[in-house]
Amino acid sequence: MAERSFVAEARKLTAGAGETFTGEGILAVTKALLQSGVAYVGGYQGSPISHLMDVFADASDLLESLGVHFEASASEASAAAMLAASVNYPLRGAVVWKSVVGTNVASDALSNVASGGVTGGALVIVGEDYGEGSSIMQERTHAFAMKSQIWLLDPRPNLPSIVAAVEQGFALSEASNTPVMLQMRVRSCHMTGSFTAKDNVRPKMTVAEAAAAPQRDTNRIVLPPANFLHEVEKIEKRWPAGIAYVRDQHLNEWFGPDEAHGIGIIVQGGLYNNLNRAMELSGLSSAFGDSALPVYCLNVTYPLIPDEVSAFCRGKRAVLVVEEGQPEFIEHELNTLVRRAGIDCRIIGKDTLPRAGEYSAQVIRKGLSDFLHAWAPEIAPAETTESPLPAPVARQIPQRPAGFCTGCPERPVFTAMKLLERELGPAHVSADIGCHLFSILPPFNIGNTTMGYGLGTAGASAFKPKGKRAIAVMGDGGFWHNGLTSGIGNAVFNKDDTVTIVIDNGYSAATGGQDIPSSRADNKRRATRNPIERAIRGVGGAWVRTIERTYDIKQMRDTLREALTAPDKGPKVIIAQSECMLNRQRREKPLMRKAEKDGKRVVRERFGVDSDTCTGDHSCIRLSGCPSLSIKPNPDPLRRDPVAHVENSCVGCGLCGEVSHAAVLCPSFYRASIVSNPGRVERTWMKMRQAIIKRLQQRDTRARLARAF
Amino acid sequence: MQQNRFSIAILALGGQGGGVLADWIQHIAREAGWLAQGTSVPGVAQRTGSTVYYVELATPDDEGRTPIMAQMPMPGDVDIVVASELMETGRALLRGFSTAGRTTLIGSTHRIYAISEKAAMSDGRGNGDAIVAAAGERSKRFIGFDMEAAAEGTNSVISAVMFGALAASGALPFGRDLYEKAIRDSGIAVATNLAGFDAGWRAAEGALTMPVEESHPVPQASTTVGKALEARARANLPEAAIPNALHGIQRLMDYQDAAYAGLFLERLESVAAKDQSPFTLTAEAARHLALWMSYEDSIRVADLKTRETRIARVRGEVKASDEQLLTITEFMHPRLREICEILPARLGRAILSNEMFSRSISGFFTHGRHVETTSLRWFLLLRTLAGMRRWRPISMRFADEQARIETWLERVRTAAASDNALAIELVRCQRLIKGYCDTFERGLGNFERIMAAQPQSAEEVSRLCTAALSDEGGQALEEALKAA
Repeated sequence: MAERSFVAEARKLTAGAGETFTGEGILAVTKALLQSGVAYVGGYQGSPISHLMDVFADASDLLESLGVHFEASASEASAAAMLAASVNYPLRGAVVWKSVVGTNVASDALSNVASGGVTGGALVIVGEDYGEGSSIMQERTHAFAMKSQIWLLDPRPNLPSIVAAVEQGFALSEASNTPVMLQMRVRSCHMTGSFTAKDNVRPKMTVAEAAAAPQRDTNRIVLPPANFLHEVEKIEKRWPAGIAYVRDQHLNEWFGPDEAHGIGIIVQGGLYNNLNRAMELSGLSSAFGDSALPVYCLNVTYPLIPDEVSAFCRGKRAVLVVEEGQPEFIEHELNTLVRRAGIDCRIIGKDTLPRAGEYSAQVIRKGLSDFLHAWAPEIAPAETTESPLPAPVARQIPQRPAGFCTGCPERPVFTAMKLLERELGPAHVSADIGCHLFSILPPFNIGNTTMGYGLGTAGASAFKPKGKRAIAVMGDGGFWHNGLTSGIGNAVFNKDDTVTIVIDNGYSAATGGQDIPSSRADNKRRATRNPIERAIRGVGGAWVRTIERTYDIKQMRDTLREALTAPDKGPKVIIAQSECMLNRQRREKPLMRKAEKDGKRVVRERFGVDSDTCTGDHSCIRLSGCPSLSIKPNPDPLRRDPVAHVENSCVGCGLCGEVSHAAVLCPSFYRASIVSNPGRVERTWMKMRQAIIKRLQQRDTRARLARAF
Repeated sequence: MQQNRFSIAILALGGQGGGVLADWIQHIAREAGWLAQGTSVPGVAQRTGSTVYYVELATPDDEGRTPIMAQMPMPGDVDIVVASELMETGRALLRGFSTAGRTTLIGSTHRIYAISEKAAMSDGRGNGDAIVAAAGERSKRFIGFDMEAAAEGTNSVISAVMFGALAASGALPFGRDLYEKAIRDSGIAVATNLAGFDAGWRAAEGALTMPVEESHPVPQASTTVGKALEARARANLPEAAIPNALHGIQRLMDYQDAAYAGLFLERLESVAAKDQSPFTLTAEAARHLALWMSYEDSIRVADLKTRETRIARVRGEVKASDEQLLTITEFMHPRLREICEILPARLGRAILSNEMFSRSISGFFTHGRHVETTSLRWFLLLRTLAGMRRWRPISMRFADEQARIETWLERVRTAAASDNALAIELVRCQRLIKGYCDTFERGLGNFERIMAAQPQSAEEVSRLCTAALSDEGGQALEEALKAA
């Protein structure tokens, strides 16, 4: 988006019928939307679906030529509300976000759209951030699908299946007048593969055409008495229509024989590959899925299809259900269905497979083995022995918690907080979501709670201080997402005395550097450069200070001290500005390289540590944690502790020097300014200085050698 | 039968190009008619965390059916592991990705330290030797070398070096030309990536190597005075203490002069007299005494910052070429205290004890200074400061330090008479005293608190020292002292 180009990926979206498309899973979904004749797309960025948003943002010309409307929504709620366009008009629309957090934000609009129902296909694509590497709470989108009656697709993780699920999702939505969710697990979003493309399809009706001929149907609006009718309609009309479509179009799949050893396995589509690998290694399947056991694969995990379930379970003593996450909604529903059908089949799920955590092939293999030992011991695999790495060796391997990038402008904010903590003692710190949340990890260890995106200030609102004020942190992304109203507006209204630090790095940095309303970049398709300070003053914030260079530790610390101690009532807001270094480097590095090549004068700055004055206490590292500030073996023959060391990845942000000044650390840091292609005058003057200094140094060296060992 | 599936796990840190490597591997496989799938969970791990990239290569069956691919490496079922760093190699072992008799394990032997290792108040580094040994035992073949150095040597990136090592391992059924084609096809930094690839290839064919570490040969005396001191050390000190003692003499002659080095020997001899075989006490005392006697003051800093060799070292460190101009700026924050310390003892103390006077001039010392050592003005100033070395013995700090050293040595000698192990630990306590300003005061404070507690056994001293080095706030030491 802002500083990074996805033009190459956008080009892939133009692939026509018969061409092989090779790329990531989430990009395949993007292409599938265009193949399905989508009329509008919205969403909010976040791992693992940022890529869809970024690529669409760079594919504006293609989208315009197809008559597809795309917008980067202000929040997931905005995106979900966009689906209103499919209520009255036969417009196919898709929205996308990170789940479960995004679904939380969107759920009000989702409930409304699910209540009234849709005319055009409405698809919600959620990136299910669950399991290893997840950065959010461990909940299931499945619960939202159930409570709002939105169908949930969980296709097998290969690109052709995923692409088919998008197309089927729209059709299912239209056939049952119900929104459909397509759940993509993290690994599937980032998984590369290939599928055979189809031509892109222009929407049957565009959003402009719909707006030009408005239609109104009060029965679709959630207001009495229509809302009571919606409930009946959901059960009597949309539910059966959905079930019929899933059944008749064979969206679910069956593998292996109809009957074997009186057992079977029901699996969520997204876990099918892991299950097959587990079965293959247990000698029960092949690399091509030739299963020795009956497998019922749920590409639609909600609703379950009662006829299909009873047909599968009938005649089996036990069925293993492989369902990731908890609560085990599918297992509960299966139990109900077999009881209702009067089938004597045991549903085995969380009593054999673990209740928590990602269902990797290894986890499933273990659970499957236990299941077989209990229900079909004749085909149960032999127990495998594991030999874990001995503890004394394992202990040597350090954890690598996430941290701020090299030169990150958010780091000095927390360095300043740490320095102030020494003066004023610790404060309650309400953290937010964003890169700045890394402050809770070493080396800063700052932050007590985090309540959600943009909710830093709201998270501190219960603390009504007598003497000591609470500190809240909020990112610029979270600020525009909801923090302006939920945090600042709320604090003004309730006369909160808290201090809020708004970290304004110019982008929604944690999600990949997308533009937001206060971004400084010129974006010809969006309105940027809307200052955060003006917004705060607009909702009644009076005490606002903007710091334009966060690296200025002293100013940062002094302003924070003032905010914590000023007699003024009401919220105190500090806007800490400096551009996200990752984005800045992306933009500036190629320019600098080019300028240097063209013979222009270019100054590169970086920091260093003199290892002969460094004594190996590492205070500097505890106050910074910059990846390029590291350690190396002590070159001094008498010292043992490693010395600090600045690696070549240093971008010269200046924090190291500021810290050693502000914290009165040690004189070991130096800043080197390296001038390429200097002018003639500069070169001559420098040479003269160097000659004099060199002469004196040589004299000193001779004297030193004379008294040396 | 030819193997028709390969599972490859790549363990890398954010920014090391693990994703690029995974893409290259998929590219060669597809070129060779294989099906390739790659997955990863970057998430927040892209910010300095470690990430596992998983690549699976497979062939369709005779009927043209495509295989069902896994989305993550399964312990015990991985053919190739490529790790970009020594502890990530260890992590591959920890997660069971490498199996004896099956897995080709390719790992760099260099270190990228984790924050816990870096932030420790002394030495928090994990032991890499244990990892290397386990890597050999838990793989079919372990290819290990310093890939970072190979990348740096070719001005390339570590992913290209890993790619070269993978090609050379022969673990995949693809020829070298195909690997090189993948680099060319990607069209980015082709020349340097090919050079890195070649370096990786060649290193992988060689033996297991660890990063080159600086060695510290015992110094050779070059002057008459130096030779005399060396002879005295060799005559009066046990063999075990000679290397440290000679390093110490060299250091103190550089720090002050021959007479000061003589004082060092005299002090050391007094400890040796109370020592016994294997003379660990004297050896350790030589090290710590030399360090303490060469305490850091402004004179020393100015001296080290203005040396001829330093500019050359910085030039190398920041990779400035000869055509580029280099200016160096120091971040100095001399407080009134540091200035008084190098004044004659009586003057220094007078200023510090006169509150009114010191307050009136303290304004000059509240700001950090940007000292541009490469400018004439600052260079001359620092050089003058360095020249005050001659008057150091009459300075306030000198007197303070000598008194502390004597007290410490006396305690060591007394302990040595009855408990050699205790004496050794008391000597080692000196490691708490280091740094400047607050750091120095904290270290010295901890040292003095431990000494004041009069610990009675080696274990106790060692425990207190460890506690003192475990947190900045001093709570651990507080608790340890209470428990004592």
